[in-house]
Amino acid sequence: MSLSHTLLGLLERGPRHGYDLKQEFDAQFGQDRPLHYGQVYATLARLLKNGLVEVDAVEHGGGPERKRYAITASGVSDVAKWLSQPERPEAYLNSTLYTKVVLALLTGRDAAAILDVQRAAHLDLMRELTRRKTRGDLADALICDHAIFHLEADLRWLELTSARLDRLAEKVRS
Amino acid sequence: MTGEAPLLSARDLHKTYGPTPALDGVSMDVRAGEIVAVMGPSGSGKSTLMHCLAGIVRPDAGELRYRDRNLITASDAERSALRRREFGFVFQFGQLVPELTCLENVALPLRMEGVRRGEAERRAAHWLDRLDVADVAGKRPGQVSGGQGQRVAVARALVTDPAVVFADEPTGALDSLNGELVMRLLTECVEQSGTAVVLVTHEPAVAAYSHREVVMRDGRIRTSAGMVQ
Repeated sequence: MSLSHTLLGLLERGPRHGYDLKQEFDAQFGQDRPLHYGQVYATLARLLKNGLVEVDAVEHGGGPERKRYAITASGVSDVAKWLSQPERPEAYLNSTLYTKVVLALLTGRDAAAILDVQRAAHLDLMRELTRRKTRGDLADALICDHAIFHLEADLRWLELTSARLDRLAEKVRS
Repeated sequence: MTGEAPLLSARDLHKTYGPTPALDGVSMDVRAGEIVAVMGPSGSGKSTLMHCLAGIVRPDAGELRYRDRNLITASDAERSALRRREFGFVFQFGQLVPELTCLENVALPLRMEGVRRGEAERRAAHWLDRLDVADVAGKRPGQVSGGQGQRVAVARALVTDPAVVFADEPTGALDSLNGELVMRLLTECVEQSGTAVVLVTHEPAVAAYSHREVVMRDGRIRTSAGMVQ
């Protein structure tokens, strides 16, 4: 996920202080990993430098001054572009597993056991997400579903690979 | 839970159909209140295992006990009585009696045990309500949707307050949303009643409602993992 684009998208709804942006981000997207304030201010500084946000107001109080940020026209078109582009499908996990399975076959280790262990880990996470989904609200359920469907795809790959281990062993050892 | 004696205990079960071993030395326990998913590809032996555990099929060899009863040596009549009184069943296609209303279908296991009609239908109505299908009580299975029919089937499985429910691909014929609803209601009900579930499925999203899984391949258990409560 692009933090810059997400913060820009939140700012498009109206100017915010960094503190409010963090609160809003955590409420909408931070179920697993709430943002650190440092991440927010570093990202805002970069967006400011690139002309995608501007300082809308500065408040002087008893403590340090508080800046309120607003999205610029360039920022709005940047968010629109990001939203309109598809995300690159992640293929990294399966290639890592494939490497492990091939190495196990090449070194005479139990490749099926690697797949078994991975299946159990995937199912454990699916259980956790399923529990969270049934207890949470609709937004939480949709976020969990997305993760569950990805895990499900990995599990299908694990099953197919498991069923094809003999053929794969012949191929990699030849 | 782990300290309690298992409800079902299978040791080194063997079952062969023709030249092919369907079960080739399977051992597993099922404890009160736990949901165990039995997973594996088609032909791996998961349905045969369920049928043996449920006393539908007699294994060729091994030990199989339900509480203190030996299911290998029990007579057909004893096994049949056990299935009616202690076990509940949910199949992929509901298998409701088409001539009966949904209420009568749910009441049927109680009627077969001699419970009077009024009482049986009162308890059936309670379970239809729990499964959120009270509105189809007077309809016949052919008049309700697949998702509703499967919830009626779950109500029928639970109406006798069984110790174990055997569910064989219970969402296999349903779309994602209806499958999810059936699994959520089934697991909510059994968690409240302490009923164990043996859940045969090849779908990971369904297995995710279990506490742990056993994975079968070629008639053997490949791995057993997951949380034991």
